[in-house]
Amino acid sequence: MTVLTIESTADDHRIAQLAALAISLMWLEASLPSPIPGVKPGLANIVILLVLRQYGLATAAWVSGLRVIAGSLLLGSFLTPGFVLSCAGAASSLAVLALVGRFSARWISLVGVSVLAAFAHIGAQLAVVSWWMMPGVNVWASSPIFATAAWLGGLVNGVLAEQWLRKVKHVPTA
Amino acid sequence: MKGLPIFSKPGLTQALHHARLIRPGDWLVLVLGLVAVGVLITRFWLGERQGERLLIRQGGAVFLNAPLTRDLSADVSGPLGMTHIELVGRRARVLRDPGPRQLCVHQGWISRAGEAAICLPNQVSIEITGASRQYDSLNY
Repeated sequence: MTVLTIESTADDHRIAQLAALAISLMWLEASLPSPIPGVKPGLANIVILLVLRQYGLATAAWVSGLRVIAGSLLLGSFLTPGFVLSCAGAASSLAVLALVGRFSARWISLVGVSVLAAFAHIGAQLAVVSWWMMPGVNVWASSPIFATAAWLGGLVNGVLAEQWLRKVKHVPTA
Repeated sequence: MKGLPIFSKPGLTQALHHARLIRPGDWLVLVLGLVAVGVLITRFWLGERQGERLLIRQGGAVFLNAPLTRDLSADVSGPLGMTHIELVGRRARVLRDPGPRQLCVHQGWISRAGEAAICLPNQVSIEITGASRQYDSLNY
């Protein structure tokens, strides 16, 4: 019998741990009742923001991707429309992190990054629903609700992430 | 949760007042975000619903249902005679009507979804309908 051993590095372990943390936040959030269907605070994104600052974009993308896939398996939404929306939101948020993450923390903290990513997230999801899932239905009529939620959720998550960074001080400020 | 720093002091309110927490770029993002929300609210909630089609009725039956994109003029005959309707540049109006009070003519151009001009004596009406809700706003 051949024993196949997959060598895992410390990086792999860290990514797995961080993804597990993000997934548990996602799971926690999924069990909470939402005031408006489809509106969630997106607590798992706090982890992604922290990972971005501490380990860079590549690790953030890994954690985000694992969060979406493993999280959907856990919640039983793998390959459902909700999963597609989750992918679209995560991909566009990562694109924003790639763009804005380059700026110095002196000019834009995780608060601004978080709000921008939240807008990208909901924008991509509305676009997918509008053009692919429900063409002809004016889903943009509800966009003010989602945009307001994105602004608030992005702000709260960003402040929490930034506060965490300052307390833990893994990364020097500015 | 006790060990997690975000759940300990200083809390969120104090954090917001922490001068160095929010950077110039953050202010920019937050203000632009609010502007974006405002634009979306005015555009989708307070904004005029854009008209998509012109609906002409005569005596309860649909005479014409055409998109606003192409200009046209139509003559509809009713009990009193001809009602002349024109559609120019996404707006429609009743140009001439044999009715005694000329209400529908004086109403002028209509272009927004839900707007209508009704020439009651000649039993002709024009109505602009929107993209999504094409219910009958005359009978609604």
